[in-house]
Amino acid sequence: MKTADQNGQLTAKDFSTDQDVRWCPGCGDYSILKQVQSIMPEIGRKKEDIVFISGIGCSSRFPYYMDTYGMHSIHGRATAIASGLKSSRPDLSVWVITGDGDALSIGGNHLIHMLRRNFDLNVLLFNNEIYGLTKGQYSPTSPEGKVTKSTPIGSIDHPFNPLKLCLGADATFVARTMDRDPKHQREILLKGSQHVGTSMIEIYQNCNVFNDGAFEIFTDKQSKAEETLMLEDGQPLVFGAENDKGIRLDGGQPTIVSLNDYSKDDLWIHNEKDKFKAQLLTSFFDNPSVEGHLPRPFGVFYIEDRYRYEDAMAEQLEFAKEQKGEGDLDAILRGRNVWKVEA
Amino acid sequence: MSKTVEEKKEVTIVFAGDSGDGIQLTGTQFTNTNALFGNDVSTFPNYPAEIRAPQGTLAGVSGFQLQFGSVEVSTPGDVCDVLVAMNAAAFKVNLPRLKKSGTVIVNTDGFNARNLKLAEYDTNPLEDGTLNDFRTIPIDVSKMTRMALVDSGLGKKEVDRSRNMFVLGFLYYMYNRDMKATENFIREKFKKSPELVDANLKVLKAGYNFADTSETFTSRYNVKAAQLKSGEYRNIMGNQATALGLIAASKKASRDLFYGSYPITPASDILHELAKHKNFGVKTFQAEDEIAAICTVIGASFGGQLGVTASSGPGIALKGEAIGLGVMLELPMVVINVQRGGPSTGLPTKTEQSDLLQAFYGRNGEAPMPILAASSPSDCFATIFEACRIAIEHMTPVFFLSDGYIANGSEPWKFPKSADLRAIQSRDWNPDENAEYQPYLRNLDLVRSWVTPGTPGGEHRIGGLEKEDVSGDVSYDPDNHEKMVNIRREKVEKIANTIPLQEVNHGAESGDVLMLSWGSTYGVVKTAVKEAYDKGIQVGHVHLRHLSPFPKNLADLISKFKKVIIPEMNQGQLLKIIRAEFLIDAQGLNKVKGIPFTAEEILNRIEKEVG
Repeated sequence: MKTADQNGQLTAKDFSTDQDVRWCPGCGDYSILKQVQSIMPEIGRKKEDIVFISGIGCSSRFPYYMDTYGMHSIHGRATAIASGLKSSRPDLSVWVITGDGDALSIGGNHLIHMLRRNFDLNVLLFNNEIYGLTKGQYSPTSPEGKVTKSTPIGSIDHPFNPLKLCLGADATFVARTMDRDPKHQREILLKGSQHVGTSMIEIYQNCNVFNDGAFEIFTDKQSKAEETLMLEDGQPLVFGAENDKGIRLDGGQPTIVSLNDYSKDDLWIHNEKDKFKAQLLTSFFDNPSVEGHLPRPFGVFYIEDRYRYEDAMAEQLEFAKEQKGEGDLDAILRGRNVWKVEA
Repeated sequence: MSKTVEEKKEVTIVFAGDSGDGIQLTGTQFTNTNALFGNDVSTFPNYPAEIRAPQGTLAGVSGFQLQFGSVEVSTPGDVCDVLVAMNAAAFKVNLPRLKKSGTVIVNTDGFNARNLKLAEYDTNPLEDGTLNDFRTIPIDVSKMTRMALVDSGLGKKEVDRSRNMFVLGFLYYMYNRDMKATENFIREKFKKSPELVDANLKVLKAGYNFADTSETFTSRYNVKAAQLKSGEYRNIMGNQATALGLIAASKKASRDLFYGSYPITPASDILHELAKHKNFGVKTFQAEDEIAAICTVIGASFGGQLGVTASSGPGIALKGEAIGLGVMLELPMVVINVQRGGPSTGLPTKTEQSDLLQAFYGRNGEAPMPILAASSPSDCFATIFEACRIAIEHMTPVFFLSDGYIANGSEPWKFPKSADLRAIQSRDWNPDENAEYQPYLRNLDLVRSWVTPGTPGGEHRIGGLEKEDVSGDVSYDPDNHEKMVNIRREKVEKIANTIPLQEVNHGAESGDVLMLSWGSTYGVVKTAVKEAYDKGIQVGHVHLRHLSPFPKNLADLISKFKKVIIPEMNQGQLLKIIRAEFLIDAQGLNKVKGIPFTAEEILNRIEKEVG
């Protein structure tokens, strides 16, 4: 067990293990690991109460590098395992580490069902739009036409829009961040950890070996300001290198306008609690190479306060105890109709 | 008219009708009343997979067979003394089971032209001589029921729905039984609609009185109470016993029960039963699919609870990878397979024992697991309790096998007192022994400790990758892998040190033939072996609860017989294991029809072996 600093406060270092981190040099996962370790001392939980659960894929090595409780499970099932853990142990802080293949392909079913049940846990979905561990096949988030080892003439699969899918499953916290913006990532991770309910955080993560530059247009200094829309609650949707563009709702249609023609008051004001607008925002998913496309939003799209499965489950147990009294094993073994055989 | 009373030692009755006729309820009520009276009973519900199969058709017939007696009853009976048929189709399907000179009680209203056509009869069997060898009691049950309820104000549909009560009342008179238990049941079941309570009670009495006043038969029957071992008894079904065993194990292990499952026939009743007992802290989780069900169990087990999942063959196939993860993690959990006819969807409501090899080998890699099988409805309790003990005390997933026959069948159960059940003790971490927690440090039984989140200083990571001995760190070292494969196998083998030695259950301790059985064939094999042994045949019966590991003395027992016959409702699965394990020329007796063996089939084979 690692020790805390002189003030008795845990630091990021207390959450790293003695295991060598084995991602490829330059992988976006390093940045995420660093940010997660750095927020751990701030989430207000004891180290022994924190559990990281992952499936299979590059990102799923994550729990080995966190000095908490952890499980590196099987492909696609981290969400289901976390559901069982959180149902049975509501007292724990549970973190699911998953990827685009793990969560959206082989584990798609568990993901949507976990979201509708709204356990109080955090999901970090590392989206790199590729299968990295199996060395470069297209994933359910790879764009149409993507040329990979398994799609030499280009992928003919239409990709998932992950956050739209999550909202469709009634997720109560939906956010997007990126590996190359540690400050933003940190802010979103902390916000997610504070949400009571399932926090679904998609992280654009660069696979520099099999899909290098997939998100460059959103992360590169040259293009970032024009191509991204940083969401802030209560603030107008403004973007652009000169902060000179905004999004306005024209009827139901999001439209890019110039702030030379409109004032900020005319723009769409972001409201994290507005589910309908959140659905529109998650639809900002245009191919950035298409003329007139909308910028890609980052930040918190939606927050809702809804009951948690584990709380309702605990309430039912309490209710049953109130109604029937504490379980009496001898009484249920006897049942209602007993007869006696004399010796 | 006064009637004479004729004594019977044992009686087998089949109730048969449409799947909407309330046959299962009628059979269950008749069973409970006889059990309460003190008879030994054994039941076999046999119903179609469709909830409401087309009315009046051969495919839609629902049956409930029971044997009750003043002597020990181990099976629902090979052939029937009495057939109660609500319509022509039910009559046709079940007539082959009726013994010569047996009694048929028929609802004549179910033999109209339409019924006969649906049952594919050219002529009416009530009139064409089909019944010459039997004693027939024709009753227009529909008409009698409607007459009894003429003033009830109920609609025709509701009136007709209580026809089964008329038949039940009739049989209660015939067998001289008190109706109080059924009357109480009716009051409880329909407590929200008093008019239905009145109607059902009225029809029940009408049936009873009709039997009394009509001159249908001249003698009533008396089946005296059985000489069971002294003590308190109740009637219990297999799935119910399984659920109670899980709750008992959870109490005795002081671990909350987490039950994750996905609905599937014939396992769902375990979920239903457990969901009733939330006041025991039982958490039931109906998962989105079979894989999620076992995965939530893995999560709960990692969290320190008694994790249990149940399914039938198709669902177990889906769970395979995750069960393997359980083997790799070495976490305690119990996987229940209530077997049914396979492969694929197979015969969902019929019984089979064809998933034994799936339990042994249905996972990738070398993934050994302890396997236990229950032998009868009430034995589900003790066997699942033992499965939970092994899981927790040996840190391993355990398979518990039941099947459709014992899951839905019932029998009297001399239930235990909670104080008589043993405590289940998990292996905890002792920080004084190893200050730095090492998840795969083992005791002499090769069991690792169960340290759960929330334990300060016990933080550790486990996973599906091969792990280094002791530390649990990921390891690709070839020698370490082989060592770990051996450890996981030896850990399961060492469980044999903690289970009772096998006994010869019935018959000869040595001799010509050993009938070696497992699972739900217990009752029929026992019946047949006893009969053969009484005839002077040197035959013994060994019935296995523990299939992996085997009891340590099994080889020794087997060697005392010239021949080993293994009866199974599959094509020889235990047979393959026994032949491989003990290098003996055991032979199979196999039946894969979705229905249990009859004792006669077993007896014939025994006689053939010595004849």
